Amino acid sequence: MNFQIVMLLGQDGLTNGAIYALLALSILLVFTVTRILLIPQGEFVAFAALTMAAMQGGTPVRLGWLLLALAAAAMVMDIHATWRRDGRPAVRRGSVLGVGYAAALTVLTTLVPLGDAGVAVQALVTMALIVPLGLALYRVFYQPIAAAHPLVLLIVSIAVHVVLVGVGLLMFGPEGARTEPFSDGGLRLGMVMLNSQTLWVVAVSLGLILGLYLFFERSLYGKALRAAAVNRLGAELVGISPELAGKASFALAALIGSLSGILIAPITTIYYDSGFIISLKGFVGAIIGGLASYPVAALGALLIGQAESFSTFWASSYKEVIVFTLILPVLVWRSLSHHGAEDEE
Amino acid sequence: MSAPLLEVSDLCVSYGKIEALSNASLRVGEGQIVTVIGPNGAGKTTLLSAIMGVLPSRGRIRFHGHDQQSPAIQDMVARGMSLVPEKRALFATMSVEDNLRLGGFRFHSRSRREQDAAMEGLYALFPRLKERRGQMAATLSGGERQMLALARALMGGPKLLMLDEPSLGLAPLIVREVFRIIAELRRKGVSILLIEQNAWAALRVADYAYVLELGRIAMEGPASELAHDPRVVAAYLGMAGKHQEMLAS
Repeated sequence: MNFQIVMLLGQDGLTNGAIYALLALSILLVFTVTRILLIPQGEFVAFAALTMAAMQGGTPVRLGWLLLALAAAAMVMDIHATWRRDGRPAVRRGSVLGVGYAAALTVLTTLVPLGDAGVAVQALVTMALIVPLGLALYRVFYQPIAAAHPLVLLIVSIAVHVVLVGVGLLMFGPEGARTEPFSDGGLRLGMVMLNSQTLWVVAVSLGLILGLYLFFERSLYGKALRAAAVNRLGAELVGISPELAGKASFALAALIGSLSGILIAPITTIYYDSGFIISLKGFVGAIIGGLASYPVAALGALLIGQAESFSTFWASSYKEVIVFTLILPVLVWRSLSHHGAEDEE
Repeated sequence: MSAPLLEVSDLCVSYGKIEALSNASLRVGEGQIVTVIGPNGAGKTTLLSAIMGVLPSRGRIRFHGHDQQSPAIQDMVARGMSLVPEKRALFATMSVEDNLRLGGFRFHSRSRREQDAAMEGLYALFPRLKERRGQMAATLSGGERQMLALARALMGGPKLLMLDEPSLGLAPLIVREVFRIIAELRRKGVSILLIEQNAWAALRVADYAYVLELGRIAMEGPASELAHDPRVVAAYLGMAGKHQEMLAS
């Protein structure tokens, strides 16, 4: 192994690690706010990549139909909820808006060919489809059982993931897809040529992490989300709605997932079921951070990226085994150093 | 009694088959301090939790002109009810200032200047918190945490402040400070529903009092009268009350 190979593997590891770091942050955010382990996080990634690819390949974009179906289900559930609460059914403005938005976007993506619209427009349309998908998933599947035991939430998460993978096969077919790179060329640093997509991934990830940091540290809404994660009862007592916090964290997770999918699509061929394994690596990062620390989770995810890249070189058939085995010493160390913590509720 | 701000009628709460609160009724008038005293396990915390909507309940709760059965916490917060729970429920890993800002979350459309003005008002009442404004809530002492919990609740500009055992686990000097602040809040027109094991201190500060025993309201009356009621003296004040009275005089 010479310097050139180390740099190439390092670059690959950094690119993937940055994506895993984003996913780790997202999984952590959703877990701390809602106690839900977001197994379907990977579907946001795969659906985003495949939607971009469908637009570029001129094949039908079908994600709008899923969004429309979920928005309609959310509307029915809202009507049912008001019926139970007030004794008479009422349609909330929000749910009508949701269905209208989904319908408009479905018509747009079905009728307007977006193949020549440019990567930026395609990426925006993809995010416009996936971010509300996160909201709708929370409303339909998780909000009714928000107070349930984390184990129940995990089982529902697995079920949602399995259903979404099936729907993914239906929408995108079994073929894998790759999108065009955002730009050509790259940057030469001494002996090393940095791929342009690597630069995009690193720049967008850093930008997003900075944006999230500012949101959580500076804005009242970001602080409210943190507060909901720190003390649920306390948050409710100051008027932070757990529903709103849940929806906001899911929308953020969907935003991060869709951006990750858009970024990774030109580098890796993505299939309808590829999301799971990608987000699982983010999850390993989140576990390294003890499902509590954002910086450690991000660093853990970067480490996973490097381990994956170098094990591809040394023992490519054991790549996944090596990556996922990394979780074992962390779990052993955590179980030995954990003496049980008392929460101050 | 002045016009009731809160009127609770026949409130019942059950944990499975066990009834923790049965047919409890009480009223809190505008600007009043009302206290509920009673032994451990009488259902005092359950009562406050049910009124706030933390626990599901049966019976009627009328607050600030709105009638509700088993209310939702958010509705009560939005109407101006605030609860400081026994365990305080602070945002432990966030700064004192962030805790306070979040206390005013229901006014999130307020400008930064208005929020700052509200905070300065509170810092005047709790100067210690101003000194600690950048410190993480988890690193505060017990008394400071109680002050922070009180101040955070006040940031929401409550019409009714409900306090669950505000003196629990605090040193006597801090307890005195807590009750001084409660009296000061009354002067500012905040209505207070106070739950206390320290019956002597609660009856001294309150206008009206209820005695809760085994989930039922056993007695009620003006606080000054209950403080001299032989049954209350025997059960809740006893020697401790006499001792406190001697200390105060």
